[in-house]
Amino acid sequence: METKIRVENLNFYYGNNRALTNINMEIYRNKITAFIGPSGCGKSTFLRTINRMNEFIENTRVEGKVLIDDEDIYSKKVDPVELRRRVGMVFQRPNPFPKTIYENIVYGLKKNGVKNKEVLDEVVDTTLKSVALYEEVKDKIHKSALELSGGQQQRLCIARAIAMQPDVILFDEPTSALDPISTMKIEELLLELKNDYTIIIVTHSMQQAARISDYTAFFLNGELIEIDETNKIFSNPRDKRTEDYITGRFG
Amino acid sequence: MNKILFESKSKMQKNERVINKTLTILGMVSIFTTIGIILSLTEETIQFFRSVSIIEFFTSRKWTPMFEPANYGVLPLVMGTFLIVIFSSIISIPIGLGSAIYLSEYAPKKVRKILKPVLEILAGIPSIVYGYFALTSITPLIRSIFPSASVFNALSAGIAVGIMTIPMVSSLSEDAMMAVPDSLRLGAYALGSTKFEVSTKIVVPAAFSGIAASFILSISRAIGETMIVAMAAGSTPKLTLNPLESIQTMTGYIVQISLGDVPAGSIGYKTIFAVGTLLFAITLILNIISRNIVKKYRRAY
Amino acid sequence: MSVLKEDLVRLIDNPVGLRRRKIKNKFFHGLLFLCTIFGVVVLAFLLYDILKKGLPWLSVDFIKNFPSRFPKKSGIYPALLGSLMLILLTTVIAFPVGVGTAVYLEEYAGNNKFTEFIKLNIANLAGVPSIIYGMLGLAVFVRALGMGRSILAGSFTMALLVLPIIIISSQEAIRSVPGILKQASYALGTTKWQTVTGVILPYAIPGILTGTILSVSRALGEAAPLIVVGALSYVSFAPSSVMDSFTTLPIQIFNWASMPKKDFQNVAAAGIIVLLIILLAVNSIAIILRDKYQIRMKD
Repeated sequence: METKIRVENLNFYYGNNRALTNINMEIYRNKITAFIGPSGCGKSTFLRTINRMNEFIENTRVEGKVLIDDEDIYSKKVDPVELRRRVGMVFQRPNPFPKTIYENIVYGLKKNGVKNKEVLDEVVDTTLKSVALYEEVKDKIHKSALELSGGQQQRLCIARAIAMQPDVILFDEPTSALDPISTMKIEELLLELKNDYTIIIVTHSMQQAARISDYTAFFLNGELIEIDETNKIFSNPRDKRTEDYITGRFG
Repeated sequence: MNKILFESKSKMQKNERVINKTLTILGMVSIFTTIGIILSLTEETIQFFRSVSIIEFFTSRKWTPMFEPANYGVLPLVMGTFLIVIFSSIISIPIGLGSAIYLSEYAPKKVRKILKPVLEILAGIPSIVYGYFALTSITPLIRSIFPSASVFNALSAGIAVGIMTIPMVSSLSEDAMMAVPDSLRLGAYALGSTKFEVSTKIVVPAAFSGIAASFILSISRAIGETMIVAMAAGSTPKLTLNPLESIQTMTGYIVQISLGDVPAGSIGYKTIFAVGTLLFAITLILNIISRNIVKKYRRAY
Repeated sequence: MSVLKEDLVRLIDNPVGLRRRKIKNKFFHGLLFLCTIFGVVVLAFLLYDILKKGLPWLSVDFIKNFPSRFPKKSGIYPALLGSLMLILLTTVIAFPVGVGTAVYLEEYAGNNKFTEFIKLNIANLAGVPSIIYGMLGLAVFVRALGMGRSILAGSFTMALLVLPIIIISSQEAIRSVPGILKQASYALGTTKWQTVTGVILPYAIPGILTGTILSVSRALGEAAPLIVVGALSYVSFAPSSVMDSFTTLPIQIFNWASMPKKDFQNVAAAGIIVLLIILLAVNSIAIILRDKYQIRMKD
């Protein structure tokens, strides 16, 4: 098992409020790691420190290190724009651009200087196939992405992230706005994607974490309570608070 | 697939820096505009006050800069402007406020949908058209009622300016009333109030700051209005309160001088800048007052 | 206690008082409706009056002819051309500066005192009387920068005049872009400018266009600042370059309306019809463009 991401003594502040306290963890290559915890526990905030999306909120501050492939992404040498090419992200609500399906997928590539039409066409085909959307939309890839259903839109957003050839993909509650069938499809997709990518998923659903993740991390009040193999967390947690949460005593 | 080549980081960062600088400069254009206005007005105005005393400018009761003996008292122009403001406000404030109350409180959705765009059209008609309307329709009407009225008079121009500023009062006041939360209205209705009582005793007081601001803005607009008064109010600076006489406003004077050939550096050229400075100062103060009213009395619901 | 309560009920249920209140309400309702309809009536009368006076004078010759001492021979050609050149140039100058300023204020500028100052300054500029812009144009463009009484000087003056309109409406349009779309763009490894051109501006363009059209309409109808800048009221030649002197439709109309000969009043009305038709056309184009680019988001 190979460590892809290592977090060391991470603290995060909104103004003077500490939102994350002294987080340490390792995330392994080609595994799915789930973050669970009650709302406001800091799991989404933590997720966003991994691609530095928190920087768009004013008056925030990070202490500590996040190492991806042993390189600290908060070092001065790292350009956040470049980092986000390597660490993709899928959001809570499907947010396709009001453009065609094709333009959605090639958006990031084009903006990063990839102009060759053959390459772009190929990327669109392969990514649509890898998110199992190809058959459904192959006749309308030049139609507006807003015409797709919610579940299809979310898979398109995944395709859009994959098109950038990232190593890591962050999912921020990707199924919370979807119906059960669309949710199932996304979950199946994640299980396939882990062969090629390191996946981190924030989820509000413990069942979802149990179904798809290899590792589960439990957060409470901005602290990492414990992280372990998923079946251990759900069958035999070390910490009393984790047990209380997964047995439904709070949260 | 993995051979996709991304643009180099340094090139992108360089682009981004250039763009940031360019946009910052564009953002400064508005500041340069303000500086430009103040400098161009004050430079000539200072020149003007080298040859004319400030005391004469503000106290002399005659404005005859182009004739002998020249008098440089700005009061007649201020008085002319004041007359326009009075009569335009008599039209625009009650009618604008009335239509705002109607549109916000009384009008069914369908009626609103038709009337709002019409008011917007009224707001989009160029002032030259209102000037024409004043000269060819309002003035004859006034002269048929008051035969003593002059062909050019303050009343006609004032009415036209008032009509032009109705949509401004109406839409700004309506915005303020629409911002009053429904819970306040429902509370009053639950006590058995009529719509009239809710409108006048609950909604209008609650929206008062926005309404007052709209009045002040319309006054500021009337002071700065130019083409209507240049066409219909006349060009005889006069210290009078009689609205049926021909008068001249500050803006009207600037237009009159600009239409003639006034060489730069001549006293005529300098007078328009002196009058312009006064005009700029008055409207700026009114605009600041209106903004402060909104800020100070904005209620937290 | 019970006596007091009965008295109160009698007072509240007083049928005369209630009826009076209801009548008051009805009366007020009617009065308010009249206020609102006043604008409609004036507009209808104004349009009728102008059409009645101007339509008989409207002809192809009127469009093609130059101004003349004789009402029957008078035409609007130089003014029409002047107006079109002026608004074109004004838009070319004001649009990039206005949109650029809005992008700067909404996306680039920090949340600090200086940004606040710029915003306050723009709000103040929006309230400055148009004739003052004319004086700025006269001092800066005509004299200091040596442009003379040209279309170019007029266009720069007008551009500064309409700039606040474009900035403020573009800011509103940019603010309406959903945050999740911006985040999606940034998460794909794009720079700020790439996100601005890739997501923000395409999404905001209908609102930006609406503001731009508003400002074009304003520039079309303004006369006062151009008179101060030195546009001529009588032009007997068609402008061919941006350095030529010029007149515009509103100035030409003003000129005709101030002529003593009665027929010129009707010529002025014909000129007003042309001006209103152009305004109508410009606004229709705006509505069509806006609908075409309008993005309907699915929830």
